[in-house]
Amino acid sequence: MFPSAFSYVAPNTLDETYELLEQYGDDAKVLAGGQSLLPMMKLRLAAPGMLVDIGQVPHLATQHESPDALRIGALTRHAILDSKQFDRYPLLSQTAPWIADPLVRNRGTMGGSLAHADPAADWGATLLALKASVQLASHERQRLVALHDFFVDVYTTALEPQELLTEIIVPAPLADSLVFGHYFKLERKVGDFAVVGVAVTASLTDDGTVSEAGIGLAAMGSIPLAAKKAAALLIGHRLTPELIKEVAQVAAQEGDPQSDRRGSEEYKRSMVRVYVQRGLAQIHQEWQVANQSIA
Amino acid sequence: MEHRNANESSLVTVVINGETRQAMTEPRTLLAYFIRENLGMTGTHVGCDTTSCGACTVLMDGVPVKSCTVLAVQADHHALMTVEGLESIGGLHPLQQAFWDNHGLQCGFCTPGMLMTSTALLRDHPEPTETEVRHAISGNLCRCTGYVNIVKAIVNASQKMASEPAEV
Ligand SMILES: Cc1cc2nc3c(=O)[nH]c(=O)nc-3n(C[C@H](O)[C@H](O)[C@H](O)COP(=O)(O)OP(=O)(O)OC[C@H]3O[C@@H](n4cnc5c(N)ncnc54)[C@H](O)[C@@H]3O)c2cc1C
Ligand code: FES
Ligand code: FES
Repeated sequence: MFPSAFSYVAPNTLDETYELLEQYGDDAKVLAGGQSLLPMMKLRLAAPGMLVDIGQVPHLATQHESPDALRIGALTRHAILDSKQFDRYPLLSQTAPWIADPLVRNRGTMGGSLAHADPAADWGATLLALKASVQLASHERQRLVALHDFFVDVYTTALEPQELLTEIIVPAPLADSLVFGHYFKLERKVGDFAVVGVAVTASLTDDGTVSEAGIGLAAMGSIPLAAKKAAALLIGHRLTPELIKEVAQVAAQEGDPQSDRRGSEEYKRSMVRVYVQRGLAQIHQEWQVANQSIA
Repeated sequence: MEHRNANESSLVTVVINGETRQAMTEPRTLLAYFIRENLGMTGTHVGCDTTSCGACTVLMDGVPVKSCTVLAVQADHHALMTVEGLESIGGLHPLQQAFWDNHGLQCGFCTPGMLMTSTALLRDHPEPTETEVRHAISGNLCRCTGYVNIVKAIVNASQKMASEPAEV
């Protein structure tokens, strides 16, 4: 199989990239890892006239950690986050190994995954739980968009044709808390997209009070979602079994999953409940262990 | 800035298995087809052609990738390694020998991909556990063996390579 004909250009700088996107507009597509775009082009579901390969633009694949945020270059491959640990962002390395398979992870990028906006994508759920933002840039402007506003619909984002997603910005957890994170994915076999995916993260203070929390859901609607109501219930409270149960139930009611070959709506909601409960219980346990070793 | 026009062939240069090779091709040519048809090296297989099976796995700058999902023009001036690069004048690579010894193949269609993925695995983790092997090859599908003998072969090769380090 091969795609329909296209021209190919590999800019060496961001400025050249912006110029090309400006010039070719709707007819151009950015090529990052190619792990979603090339399969779609081979199936002729996409037929851009021009591919702008950003693989040679420097500094797009870096990660910078500062006291207030982790800035992840859009071209950071999934495999990097599978092998590199960022201690204050445990959810990232918990999620990476669940994405596709090792070969796809060697090419696919975080920016590409977000720009592709598959509602079942794993980074979407995780980065929503972490309250991340994306930096969108063009010749004319730079704008920081909260991920929550970035996803618009299935395969549709706030990106304009002339814009490039350059960075993902994950805010740092509170300094006085311990941060935990877990990713759960129900898949039919290794490498599949999620039937449902659930990202759970929480920061706990010395006495076990939740100071920050996030829950992200994959494949539970037309876009990756944050279970905001459920996460809000956690703030200011300790992780008691009763609270965990209530939060899991609320999370299962957020989102709008469709019954399909992968499972019924009811099944998907049930699995969200199970995973949220499991994630919070694990976090509570880990906090107890960490707290004992400190005391 | 590199610019190539649609429907026009342009030169792609790769260093494949240590040898510099060039051919003219269109931007839409996928690397797997470039290797097979333009360079005439048919060891790399095309199985699903939809990024699922890993039969087309080659090493690009040492990293295992599905060559049916990389453009040939993206590999321009990059280093590639295919299954043809494993065998040396002395004979089979220890991994190839271990696949033979352990019945790690039946029809052999998945084997080139399995070998390239495990080559990279053993380079980075010379003594992998069985779990690590299974995790590493989870992007390579085999319809024949049930994987047991493939995993055995890779573990076996790692032990052999540790006891008699080769120059590869
Ligand atoms: C077999 C298989 C299984 C998979 N399983 C999973 C899975 O389980 N979970 C999961 O989350 N994903 C999965 N994926 C998708 C994979 O994670 C892709 O890598 C990812 O969706 C796209 O990233 P990419 O870098 O390859 O982007 P590309 O394919 O290069 O691009 C995708 C889209 O995003 C646009 N784009 C890319 N980068 C930018 C940018 N910086 N700025 C603006 N636009 C941009 C492109 O123009 C294109 O429209 C799977 C893919 C395959 C082939
Ligand atoms: S042929 Fe490339 S993954 Fe199957
Ligand atoms: S040996 Fe036949 S597919 Fe693996």
